[in-house]
Amino acid sequence: MMQTQLQQGGSAPVISFDRVTLAFGDRTVINELSLDVAGGQIVCIIGPSGCGKTTALRMAGGLIRPNGGSVRLLGETLTAPRRDVAIVFQDYGKALLPWRTAAANVSLALEAAGVPRSERPARIRLLLAKVGLTGHEDKYPTEMSGGMQQRIQIARCLAQEPAVLLMDEPFGALDAMTRQGLQDEMLSIVAETGTTVFFVTHDLEEAVYLGDRVIGLLANPGRIGIDLSVDLPRPRNQLETREMPEFLRLRRQLFDFIEKAEG
Amino acid sequence: MNSSWWKGLVVPAALIATAEVAMRINGSTSMSLAAPSDIAAALAAALLDGSMLAATRDTLISAGAGLAIGGLLGLALGILFGLVRPVDHLMEVTVEVIRPVPSVAVLPIALLVFGFGYTMEIAIVAFSCLWPVMIYTRSAMAGIEPRLMEVARALRLSPWARISKIVFPAALPRILVAFRLAAAIALVVAVTVEIAINPLGLGYGILVAQQGLQPALMLAYLVWIGIVGWSLNTLLSLAQQRLLGRAARVEVAR
Repeated sequence: MMQTQLQQGGSAPVISFDRVTLAFGDRTVINELSLDVAGGQIVCIIGPSGCGKTTALRMAGGLIRPNGGSVRLLGETLTAPRRDVAIVFQDYGKALLPWRTAAANVSLALEAAGVPRSERPARIRLLLAKVGLTGHEDKYPTEMSGGMQQRIQIARCLAQEPAVLLMDEPFGALDAMTRQGLQDEMLSIVAETGTTVFFVTHDLEEAVYLGDRVIGLLANPGRIGIDLSVDLPRPRNQLETREMPEFLRLRRQLFDFIEKAEG
Repeated sequence: MNSSWWKGLVVPAALIATAEVAMRINGSTSMSLAAPSDIAAALAAALLDGSMLAATRDTLISAGAGLAIGGLLGLALGILFGLVRPVDHLMEVTVEVIRPVPSVAVLPIALLVFGFGYTMEIAIVAFSCLWPVMIYTRSAMAGIEPRLMEVARALRLSPWARISKIVFPAALPRILVAFRLAAAIALVVAVTVEIAINPLGLGYGILVAQQGLQPALMLAYLVWIGIVGWSLNTLLSLAQQRLLGRAARVEVAR
């Protein structure tokens, strides 16, 4: 299997699920899931609730180990979290340290990586600027809006200089305007760095808008039900992209898929 | 502070005045009671000749050292038991058997091991302070947001960095409550040990005054211990507010 992959593409997949099975007790959450994510791609995962999309993301992050099969990152089997894989959690309020300022929260990732103290302030300033938080360095998370808190978390993840960004419904709790703003910021950051993104969402339009590829999972047990490649031009635009016939076609296809999956 | 803060002082002032009048009218020569004015005079005299302050120093050294040793040990064990479930289960019975032993019951053993003096008293205070701090800390571990522990895992923080950067600050508000509680216990146990057996400090001062048939001085010690205890608590509560600052407000906001 590994060999055929290497022969097929010029480069090995960045994330690779190889017949991954996971069970909690008697319940099989994910059954024989095989999936390769190519480097630099944004892959969006959708599916009905309970299909194991978040679980798949947690396995890609090394937070859970599969019962069967293996998850490989850059060719190495994952047994624990890696620092070059960053996870953006949905509940930013819980994932940030409330006793640390925005800057100090970003600093945590630099401290973890052993970045010398003297180099941290400049890098923190750059990272916060990248997510549009210049001037908010000394604010505490509780003094900031949800969108700003999620920006802190994204900045902390970028501080890891990740090869892979795992995002678990990162914009799900935000209002529509903030969400669109963050989607575009994320796209431009990823375009700059070439990071591979594994993006879990329940918002079908978001999946099509962001993704190079959208994978729909079926529930009980979790498995791949649909795998679409998205050939929409980049950079994407909130108005134009969403009005393109191809966008509407993909959206329709995913709606039909979800309806069937849930029905 | 509002404008009617003095209302709380009405009852104690009335009681003191009544006691004073009653003692003067009866012309008491009691061996257990003394007029408030006599107590105040005895307190002033003992403070001026330095004996009260020396005794206070002795008691506070024992209570402070015991609190530091027992508290830090309790903190370490609480973090260990709270974070490593298997160790907690392994130690559960042992801890539950030793913990209820009254600190005074350890006295004879401590005396045999350490003899009279600071060390013995410090050991007993440490024994008494260890448990509340351990139990509070252990339960504080359970209250830490699981997502934060996951962030620590995802960032691959070293075990020490996890404790110093995530666990300790997250649990700090509850740990400080534990230390305030333990500080009160430390003072009580130190004075008890001094009254019971150790020829040191404020407890011993009370005992000597009582046996010397000096009720005014004895009660002066009592009043002074109250003042020391109150000051200690106020000091710690100020320290708590200062130390937490932001985190305390966060804790309240939850």
